Amino acid sequence: MDFTQQLAQYVISGVTQGSIYALIALGFVTIFNVTGVINFSQGEFAVIGAFVAITLAQETSLFRGQMTVGLGWPLPLAALVGVLAAVLVGVLLYRLGIQPARNASPLSQIVVTIGASIALRGLVLLAWGTDPYRLSPFTAGKPLKLLGAVVTRQSVWVMGLTVLAVLGLYAFFQYTLTGKALRASSANAGAARLMGINTRRMGLIAFALSAGISALGGIVITPLTFMTYERGLMLALKGFVAMIMGGLTSPFGAVLGGLALGVIESLAAGLLSSGYKDAFSFAVLFVVLLVRLGGMTRRSGGQALDRAGL
Amino acid sequence: MKRQLNIWLAVLAVAALVLSACGGAATTAAPTQPPPQPTEPPPTAAQPIEAPTAAPTEVPAPEAGEPYRIGAFFSTTGPTSSLGQPEWGTVVMIAENLNAAGGVLGPDGKMHKLDVRKYDDQSDATKAVEVVKKLVEEDKVAVIVGGSGSPASIAVIETVTNAKIPFISVASSSRIVTKDDGSQQEWVFKTPQQNYPVALVQLDWMKVHGITKIASLGVNNAFGADSISALKKVAAENGLEIVWEGTFEPRDTDFIAQLTAIQGTDAQALVVHATPGEGAPLTVQFRDMGLEIPILHNHGIGNQAFIDTAKEAAEGVLFPIGKLLVVDQLPDDDPQKTTLLEYQADFIGAFGKKPSTFGGHAWDAMMMVKGALEAVGPDPVKIRDYLETQITNWVGISGIFTVTPQDHTGIGKESLVLVEITGGIWKYVPPDDYANVP
Repeated sequence: MDFTQQLAQYVISGVTQGSIYALIALGFVTIFNVTGVINFSQGEFAVIGAFVAITLAQETSLFRGQMTVGLGWPLPLAALVGVLAAVLVGVLLYRLGIQPARNASPLSQIVVTIGASIALRGLVLLAWGTDPYRLSPFTAGKPLKLLGAVVTRQSVWVMGLTVLAVLGLYAFFQYTLTGKALRASSANAGAARLMGINTRRMGLIAFALSAGISALGGIVITPLTFMTYERGLMLALKGFVAMIMGGLTSPFGAVLGGLALGVIESLAAGLLSSGYKDAFSFAVLFVVLLVRLGGMTRRSGGQALDRAGL
Repeated sequence: MKRQLNIWLAVLAVAALVLSACGGAATTAAPTQPPPQPTEPPPTAAQPIEAPTAAPTEVPAPEAGEPYRIGAFFSTTGPTSSLGQPEWGTVVMIAENLNAAGGVLGPDGKMHKLDVRKYDDQSDATKAVEVVKKLVEEDKVAVIVGGSGSPASIAVIETVTNAKIPFISVASSSRIVTKDDGSQQEWVFKTPQQNYPVALVQLDWMKVHGITKIASLGVNNAFGADSISALKKVAAENGLEIVWEGTFEPRDTDFIAQLTAIQGTDAQALVVHATPGEGAPLTVQFRDMGLEIPILHNHGIGNQAFIDTAKEAAEGVLFPIGKLLVVDQLPDDDPQKTTLLEYQADFIGAFGKKPSTFGGHAWDAMMMVKGALEAVGPDPVKIRDYLETQITNWVGISGIFTVTPQDHTGIGKESLVLVEITGGIWKYVPPDDYANVP
């Protein structure tokens, strides 16, 4: 394997991992745009979705072996229920955590989401323990080759489903009434309310939607990189970095940010130092925060933040 | 302005999250851990084992003396709990068996019950130091066993040394007993194999296959670093070339970047230094990416969790480990076989399942303590001297020990066997068969 092949391999595995960051970042942006909350339990949605899907699809022992579930559901059904479970958690989080605190400052609401993420992580730990879990790949078979690089079949699934999710979201926001209402409440919550849009309900929809997207990300990546109870924190932080890279409020920016972050991480790990993979992501966050966000708020008078209704 | 402030506060919150992430999940996870008494050890095990007030007096039995107080600390919760639970279970089992028989016959001719004071370090090195201070200052124990993880064991060296209390560690890093200048820590001993002989067994296998160039990939913590440097030392001494060397963070599950880099080298085998948490996903991705060189692990993966998680990807994985894992397949003339079978039967009797190597490390530590107490009584200085000079050709679970002032581990390469995973089970590979595996 020569250098260009290696480079291709890094980019491909970076895009695969980055697709997940993109989905998580999309979840961040959706919630932030509509409610002004940065939801740090975003990663937990991915973890819960994945664990529910794993439990339904294959024999799993829960609560330290005190209970064994062996339903053996077909994967698509298990994945769908996993997504729905995460949606339910998202809805509950909004109803029980965010809505009662709706008059509090955005910062307090952010703290609520951090608290929720710790609680959810604890619940997952209780049920599934500390071991890594794997889901079998969606389609079996030998990996494909592209430019001499290995592309596992699951990577194709990851990238394909990410593209579908992004296109689906775009269509939803552009062409459906609910989508338009969501955009309206994100552009100007006050005016939207005057136009008869129930912004509180929009918040609920935003949480449900973003939980679903994140859960999808968590489920498709599990056959590749396994799932552990504490993955959520890192996924959320990476998604947050991607969101900031994409300019905080732009869904397409978030997707690009996620992909870029994945590729940067993969290249840095492969070419510079594999031990400091995560450090590179956070170095990126640091630089982006210093240069981009600071500059943006200063120059454009925080226009993006105004739109966010903060 | 207020909005800007909000954003920066959010960023601060992130910084805090990142810091907590770097600090290891142990701290964040601790409060949400299940109650410290899981299914494994018997329900009475949480409390220190108090000696019953009156010993059952059998006719010829010697007089009962004061209980001997022993300190124990293991990671019974947290990420290292898969090691700590069988270790603690073994200590409880031994103490209960001894106490049921009246205790330990001390040098004063009296029978002494064992009073084991036990704490959970929650897989956290800082917590380990706290509980060891407690053992030393409040419980005033004569000797301490424990330290499930290498980081915890290393962290308490200073405390036990200052207190002059002997400590037998059940973790593997050579830094637990060996100072930077190569001399031994005066008050610290350990029962698991060093990583150096592990690398020697790997080397033996490579020699048979004519392998001269290898890649080395390990977890970036005390365990991985020690194993990596042991392999380096063995390689340097034996003309083995490490053509690629890399690390990953504990709990990482994505190794595609590292494996890609290895694919770009002319390495003839990959040596991995990890525990099942990372070792299993790594092995799966190694197979997924179609790498065709053999993959060797070290003894860190000798846990059923590895096979359960990696499934078919585990087939053909080779690694050196203590004999307990494959005791049933050992030749009958193996000098450790009787002891190993005895421990296995005791453990199955007490807990209904096969013991792991980790429990074996605790067995060795406890039985050494028992020997010391029988010979010299509960005097820390005398116990230390006994451990350093009187353990010669002592048959244990982890190996046949000969401890000297220059070697506080006391076991070498002959205590290890090469194991191959085939058909989802551990298979013992006799040295004559090295050429045929994998």
